[in-house]
Amino acid sequence: MEHIDFSLIDWSRAQFALTALYHWIFVPLTLGLSFIIAIMESLYVKTGNPEWKRITKFWMTLFGINFAIGVATGIILEFEFGTNWSNYSWFVGDIFGAPLAIEGIMAFFLESTFIAIMFFGWNKVSKKFHLLSSWLVAIGSNLSALWILVANGWMQNPLGMHFNPDTARNEMGNFWEVLLSPVAVNKFLHTITSGYVLASIFVIGISAWYVLKKRHVNLAKRSMVVAATFGLIASLYLVFTGDGSAKQVAKHQPMKLAAMEGLYYGSDNAPLVAIGVLENTKKPYEEDFLMDLPIPGGLSFLAFGNMNAFVPGIHDLVHGNKEHGIISYNEKIEMGKKAIDALAAYKTLKKENKTDEAAAQLKIFEANFKYFGYGYYFGHNPHELIPPVKLSFYAFHIMVGLGTYFILFFALILYFNLKNKIENKGLILRLAVWTIPLAYIAQEAGWIVAEVGRQPWVIQDLMPTIAAVSKIDSSNVIITFFLFLAVFTALLIAEIKILLAQIKKGPGNLIESSTKN
Amino acid sequence: MFENLSLLQLQQYWWIIMSLLGALLVFLLFVQGGQTMIYRLGKTETERKMIVNSLGRKWELTFSTLVVFGGAFFASFPLFYSTSFGGAYWVWMIILFAFIIQAVSYEYRTKASNFLGKKTYETFLFINGLIATIFLGTAIATFFTGSAFSVDKMNLVDLTSGKMPIISSWQNSAYGLEAIWNTNQLAFLTNLSLGLALFFLASLTANLYFMNNIDDETLFQRNKTCLMRNAGAFLLFFLFFIVRLMVIDGYAVNPETKEVFLEPYKYLHNFLDMPIVLILFLVGVVLVLFGIFKALFKVAKNGIWYTGTGIVLTVLALFFIAGFNNTAFYPSSFDLQSSLTIENSSSSHYTLTAMSYVSLMVPFVIAYIWYAWKAMDKKKITAKEVEEDSHMY
Ligand code: HDD
Ligand code: HEM
Ligand code: HEM
Repeated sequence: MEHIDFSLIDWSRAQFALTALYHWIFVPLTLGLSFIIAIMESLYVKTGNPEWKRITKFWMTLFGINFAIGVATGIILEFEFGTNWSNYSWFVGDIFGAPLAIEGIMAFFLESTFIAIMFFGWNKVSKKFHLLSSWLVAIGSNLSALWILVANGWMQNPLGMHFNPDTARNEMGNFWEVLLSPVAVNKFLHTITSGYVLASIFVIGISAWYVLKKRHVNLAKRSMVVAATFGLIASLYLVFTGDGSAKQVAKHQPMKLAAMEGLYYGSDNAPLVAIGVLENTKKPYEEDFLMDLPIPGGLSFLAFGNMNAFVPGIHDLVHGNKEHGIISYNEKIEMGKKAIDALAAYKTLKKENKTDEAAAQLKIFEANFKYFGYGYYFGHNPHELIPPVKLSFYAFHIMVGLGTYFILFFALILYFNLKNKIENKGLILRLAVWTIPLAYIAQEAGWIVAEVGRQPWVIQDLMPTIAAVSKIDSSNVIITFFLFLAVFTALLIAEIKILLAQIKKGPGNLIESSTKN
Repeated sequence: MFENLSLLQLQQYWWIIMSLLGALLVFLLFVQGGQTMIYRLGKTETERKMIVNSLGRKWELTFSTLVVFGGAFFASFPLFYSTSFGGAYWVWMIILFAFIIQAVSYEYRTKASNFLGKKTYETFLFINGLIATIFLGTAIATFFTGSAFSVDKMNLVDLTSGKMPIISSWQNSAYGLEAIWNTNQLAFLTNLSLGLALFFLASLTANLYFMNNIDDETLFQRNKTCLMRNAGAFLLFFLFFIVRLMVIDGYAVNPETKEVFLEPYKYLHNFLDMPIVLILFLVGVVLVLFGIFKALFKVAKNGIWYTGTGIVLTVLALFFIAGFNNTAFYPSSFDLQSSLTIENSSSSHYTLTAMSYVSLMVPFVIAYIWYAWKAMDKKKITAKEVEEDSHMY
């Protein structure tokens, strides 16, 4: 495989990462803010107090600005599987396409239909129907998260399928197994809760700014109470689901776990690094900590719920560890190559109608299929299969660190609001404003952990990036990469400027909003 | 229920669903058509505001239909999804960029501090209207005229020859753009004529939509004049396309050996072999014309419904002659045997069955869209409304 075009692969990855990271700037706010708005509108319908309507309408305006660009960045991801990962799309289209299609039919239509009523229906439909529309938008956006995360979860831990040698692709065997895969379920719960956390922080931060400026103080304080309550519950749950995700990673993607923790040599009673700085060395697989703060047994507990469990390190995974029954990457590569060769032989023999010999090859293939993807690394150094450790490590620790901080933060905000003391806590209010960017950082970090940590697998153990990409000249991908960069950045700047202008302008005034609508 | 269908029946069922989605998409492209006429129709700021807001409540629907069209193709005919999107890279990328810039434009156009300025967002809407229609039409025309690609599943298991293990590859470096200069059987004329026909069709449907949706006498008259011109241009390109389609060699499949070969007058034969499809097509075309006729000469506001139904039937018929009756729906002119048929490019029996159950949701989705649309459009858009309401594009 001397002719693999690595520039093509790297640019295709860069393009996917770029577009996905952009999409993810807007999605979590949609996921959470849609619910916060629905809750506020429910308060309005319940109390009949026009102040709640004004509050609802204000956050709805910000929601709309964010939603539009979320949609703009989403469409490209949908098609990029075809345009840039076409071989992947064939190899798993039988399984992967289904959630994507269901997402469209079930979720996107729901969102796009009722969002029109949410924005333009105030004077056209009844109060109840309007409220229902707002809830349906929230449910619709969270449903779209469900299906796309089922798809992503399946790539991290493929199940519910079998390989069909005649069509040379994976075929779905059990839809429910795909849908209810523990990886997917954890991912879904963790991800939507992270959206609730971000949206709560967003609402609190903007409200805090109003309080600091002594404008719309009533609106701000009411919004803060709703958001801090919602956020506190969500952030506590976030830790549970994050822990659940980590256990799934430990089970299905031990290399990702090792990278997340910078664990080079495995051990029983493995420590969890609470804070650490990785040393800079030339050899990518032999780093160590310059300084760290370990919690003894913490990692073993995080991964397996048992302080004394053995957690394999990068070294154990690459070179094997007899004692713990881990086979080395070289052996896996051998087996993968056997599977690929057997499949090739099977196809030729079948064409020549040599059924018995074909069946024998099929047996060999099936025995080794588990490591199919490793075969593409035949003749390569197995170290190429190690994901970027530093990036995974820091991303993971930033996310977890911030997650812990957010709990504290929500508790503080709620406490001072309920005590009615928030107005003179200038420091906390300023902190609240500055927490907004931190929430975004935690979000992006989460996806970096999930996606960078599983390199080079597009489908864990079955298909590496080098076999997934579309075969086009890399120059084309380079052009589209920069086009995306330019267009998305321009739109992001526009979005932020419009948001800031709307926030400065504030909500419409109370009298106008209550009489006219 | 679906489990008992044969694989072939499921494949046919899914080709019908894809055709239906494609047909609905073509109808809903009136949003794109309308976007190209904001300044042609709207002479004052208020008129333009009415136009933009009238479209602004529907654009998400067209957008979502496009997304679902892509997703459903992925699920039902993944080999098409991977071969076409990964190969005709530039065609699809350009279409996608045109939709990216559309999605923000309604929301951002009149907002304060919108960075790029109102004019830019209006230009975005215009570009989207122009590119999306012409490129989609041209891309769909290649379902009949063919493209230059090859598919070899053995590449996946080839570790020795030094090739990349990728099964589909495009055979030129224009990556799909060659559709507008490919001279094989004058393909470029056929492709472009469908692209332009689709553009004018979207524009005339937009005229009919505005006549129905906006309550304003000046705009009504202006739409009428414009409709006349758009309808003329549409007929010109559409007739040309249909005539070309009837005379070109088509990509036929031998039902026994599955071998693909060129058959003279294949698409004409498909109409004749499937008279129901021919009837569908003729009824569709008549309805399209009838809607236009009613709007022009009876000053009716409901022309959109006749023309809309007609569009759906006509496009259905075109998709049917592309995929049914032993025809390759995505033909390769480079290597005939690489051509995609509904049989060799589909998902497995299991997945098609599962997805068929999902498809039962579609009528339900259409029903609530219909209901919501009715609730919103009860009151037509008026100058008064767009001047007064606080939330307006
Ligand atoms: C506000 C954002 C946020 C916060 C505070 C946290 N997470 Fe998270 N995390 C995400 C946002 C996120 C995410 C963006 O939603 C990810 C990316 C992919 C995914 O499934 O969720 C994610 C992924 C992710 C993964 C990788 C899952 C995988 O690869 O399949 C793990 C192990 C954790 N998280 C664990 C945690 C823990 C133990 C936290 C403790 C507080 C935590 N996260 C806080
Ligand atoms: C849920 C649906 C998603 C799926 C199915 C998915 C799948 C993929 C695929 C196919 C690649 C390219 C191959 C690779 O480099 O591994 C990739 C890379 C990547 N994705 Fe995801 N992705 C999803 C969502 C996201 C989101 C929402 C983000 C973050 C915002 C994200 C972040 C990344 C990053 C950063 C990479 C590049 C990693 C690298 O190249 O090292 N992904 N993902
Ligand atoms: C690679 C994977 C992804 C693809 C292909 C994708 C695709 C899309 C598309 C096409 C849209 C526009 C829908 C419309 O027509 O209205 C969209 C919007 C949306 N997507 Fe994604 N998406 C991906 C990742 C994600 C993830 C991981 C989530 C959530 C966890 C998500 C949640 C949403 C939501 C809530 C919207 C609504 C609009 C908004 O973002 O504000 N998407 N996505």
